[in-house]
Amino acid sequence: MSRAGKIARRTFLTGSIATAGGVAFGVYMYRRPSANPLAAGLHEGEAALTPYVLIRPDGVTLITPRADLGQGAAHVQALLIAEELDIELDQVGLDPGPPSAAYYNTALSREALPFASTNESRLAETARSLMDAPIKFLGIQITGGSTTVPDGWQKLRVAGAVARETLKAAASLETGLPVSDLRTRGGAVLLPDGTRLPYTGLAARAAEIDPVTDVTLRDPSAWRLIGKPTMRSDITAKSTGQQLYGIDVTLPGMLFAALRTNPRQGGEMLGYDASRAETMRGVHKIVPVTGGVGVLADNSWRAMRAVEAIRIDWGPAPYRPHQGEHWRALENSFTDKRRDSRLRNDGDVDATLASTTPLEAEYRAPYLAHAPLEPMNATLQIKDGKVDIWTGTQIPRFVQKNVASVVGVKPAQVHVHVTMSGGSFGHRLEDMMVRRAAELAMQADGRPVKLTLSREEDMAHDYPRQIAMARGRGTVSGGHVQAFDLGIAMPSIMRSQMRRLGMPMMGADLQIVAGAWDQPFAIPDYRVSGYRAPDLAPISSWRSVGASTNGFFHESFLDELIHAAGADPLEERLRLCNHAPSRKVLETVGEMSDWGAPLPEGRARGIAFCLSFGTPCAEVVEVTVTESGIRIDKVHVAAEVGRVIDPVNFENQVQGGVIWGLGHAILAETTYDDGMAEQRNFDSFRFMRMYQCPEIIVRGLENDSRVRGIGEPPVPPAAPALANAIFAATGIRLRQMPFVRDMDFV
Amino acid sequence: MKLTVDGTEHELDIETDMPLLWVLRDELGLTGVKYGCGIAECGACMVHIDGQAVHSCQTLVGDVWGEVTTIHGLAAPGTLHAVQAAWVKHQVAQCGYCQSGQIMQAAALLAQTPDPTDQEIDDAMSMNLCRCGTYPRIRAAVRTAARTLQEGTQ
Repeated sequence: MSRAGKIARRTFLTGSIATAGGVAFGVYMYRRPSANPLAAGLHEGEAALTPYVLIRPDGVTLITPRADLGQGAAHVQALLIAEELDIELDQVGLDPGPPSAAYYNTALSREALPFASTNESRLAETARSLMDAPIKFLGIQITGGSTTVPDGWQKLRVAGAVARETLKAAASLETGLPVSDLRTRGGAVLLPDGTRLPYTGLAARAAEIDPVTDVTLRDPSAWRLIGKPTMRSDITAKSTGQQLYGIDVTLPGMLFAALRTNPRQGGEMLGYDASRAETMRGVHKIVPVTGGVGVLADNSWRAMRAVEAIRIDWGPAPYRPHQGEHWRALENSFTDKRRDSRLRNDGDVDATLASTTPLEAEYRAPYLAHAPLEPMNATLQIKDGKVDIWTGTQIPRFVQKNVASVVGVKPAQVHVHVTMSGGSFGHRLEDMMVRRAAELAMQADGRPVKLTLSREEDMAHDYPRQIAMARGRGTVSGGHVQAFDLGIAMPSIMRSQMRRLGMPMMGADLQIVAGAWDQPFAIPDYRVSGYRAPDLAPISSWRSVGASTNGFFHESFLDELIHAAGADPLEERLRLCNHAPSRKVLETVGEMSDWGAPLPEGRARGIAFCLSFGTPCAEVVEVTVTESGIRIDKVHVAAEVGRVIDPVNFENQVQGGVIWGLGHAILAETTYDDGMAEQRNFDSFRFMRMYQCPEIIVRGLENDSRVRGIGEPPVPPAAPALANAIFAATGIRLRQMPFVRDMDFV
Repeated sequence: MKLTVDGTEHELDIETDMPLLWVLRDELGLTGVKYGCGIAECGACMVHIDGQAVHSCQTLVGDVWGEVTTIHGLAAPGTLHAVQAAWVKHQVAQCGYCQSGQIMQAAALLAQTPDPTDQEIDDAMSMNLCRCGTYPRIRAAVRTAARTLQEGTQ
């Protein structure tokens, strides 16, 4: 697999956003522990044992710094800490903690390198370990890239173990008994005579001693929680209306705000007339902001109604205004000048393609809004030089820094309180809406302001999934796939996103080819090239990012070649696969779906595989052709994650990922006209409903030594598995999403 | 204007054309009722009026014809309605934002159709959108709740 010698210098810099001049110093910083952000707020009798465990006389709080967007991140992080801390999940409170450099995410940067996750060569491993230092040095605290579990797997268990051993040392000092005589269970240290010393009572003593850092993690045979079904800590609150989200934040004296900014994203506001809005009931103030205008009122509806009543003159879009121009830009990007990467180039593709007439195909994938169900919102109070922010975000430290810059204070004066999020799918990796809310709050005379975007305003500024195109050329020989040449063109997601965050973006954008160049197949002549299209509409990371489009391209074209070769889609993938855990995933999904067993007339299966975020995932979709359209009956999914932390949450994540993949593939698209997104609510931006939802059978495999995430990997195989099933059922090859353009679904 | 919500009568000085959703959320602080789309497409705002599931975002407060029940008043304080208990048992929620509306829809369905067919469950629950993809668990939870409610009445 290793083709490291062919990696261009320019490409290698990709993951090293911050490395330039920083590695040596970074290594020094890396060895020094980050300051514990909990230490500042401690009172008498309280202890912050590691940045993840806060013990006060009235209870134990576990800090879960990766944002809970609905994926169960808070619960899973708490579970990993609690496993080693010997405390039950119903005995602890959970808190996202303050934004802090201590909560850096190294797993994210490790996967940003131009090494396939299956590449375990010394060079790849060295590069990955080098990435840890600058990321820790910069304190990049991001939730994303399916990294919460890979990043926390060791870190959080160690945090729990350090806290446990420190509490035992404190108990030893209190009782005079040797540590070796002490046990821990249920949030207490147990003495040999059965006496329980609750952790809460030991906090004061524990705070006086150095943490015990020489700890051994438990053997899997001793785990109480990991791998077992547990009750997610937010389930009851979310079944009773009690769960508070950002949109529910209510503060004394709070004003309710609505906002309209230029729907031609990034465009200016040339002028406005708010004379009618000013007179409307409940309106407190009309407030111009960068690129738009907001209303402060005494109620969300009155604010939204008033902002709608403002007549606004919008400036032009700073990008090509029409959808047709965006497609043309992609069509014209398959050139040497625009080639961004060629990380896969095995055999002699050109010679093989020249030797016969190749099979050719072109694929397209549209822009897609993230559209989490909770519209974007933020509550801010700016008073006495101090800023408080309540919002659901994946990037709390960027929010802190960027709002500080808007308001003109130091980041230390900005306090970010991360709330529960009603979904995200990547939408909360952006903070422009929070910055606008800060502009509103600056003009509210110290009163708190809650900005709630209308659904239409939110979807007009969604920074959607990338638009993308692929062109495949390939040949078959002797009943097998011989040559596979795939070019993928899209604008750079990372450039668009990093620019808004004020971060540099160097080198190739690996997301242009993610989920395609890094697949574990040994096709004799195998090439994947990325082409960077010019910047079009601003775009952002959308659940599974580059792989969301590239999995569809790669697996559809591979399926076309396999059919052309007259081979079986599962057998041929197994024959080509050169990565043992991935083979097992394919074999498993074959067994689960009874692949090869005959089906009644009008019914067929399709298979697809994608290795993304280090997780190999295979899906078999079963469809029936009915008189009124295609019915998706069943989906079998197998995924290899090293460890299934919680089987209930795992299944829920996989089912959700499959529905995400299928629902958008059949129904959804965002298109631009006059520089504006045309779909701004769920009547035109359509998604799967229950009547279209198949049965989804899930199996998690634990054969690999590395622990991987599951939030995103089930997405990329869903669309191609469906398209491949529809081809098997009808002979019609769907090459453009959404499929509803070509076919009805029931 | 008088409005009875979850058994409590309120006297309100508000516009009659304010959608019930915003009265519940911003005037009465019942934030379990969610704003998702404002156009009766997503169902996150669902409440009952005299037992019937309605979109509170498209019901003007002046048009409310009976007693309003929200997710906060579906069960007696400190208890769970059978539908909520099934939602907990099956761990339906991911982000959970749509679930208040899903639960109100399911409770209304089972009140009117105690033993729904799979088709009837799909038809009723397709009024509600879930972006996280909890549909398989919602299906299972509705069936469990139907069984619980039927056993309770036998």
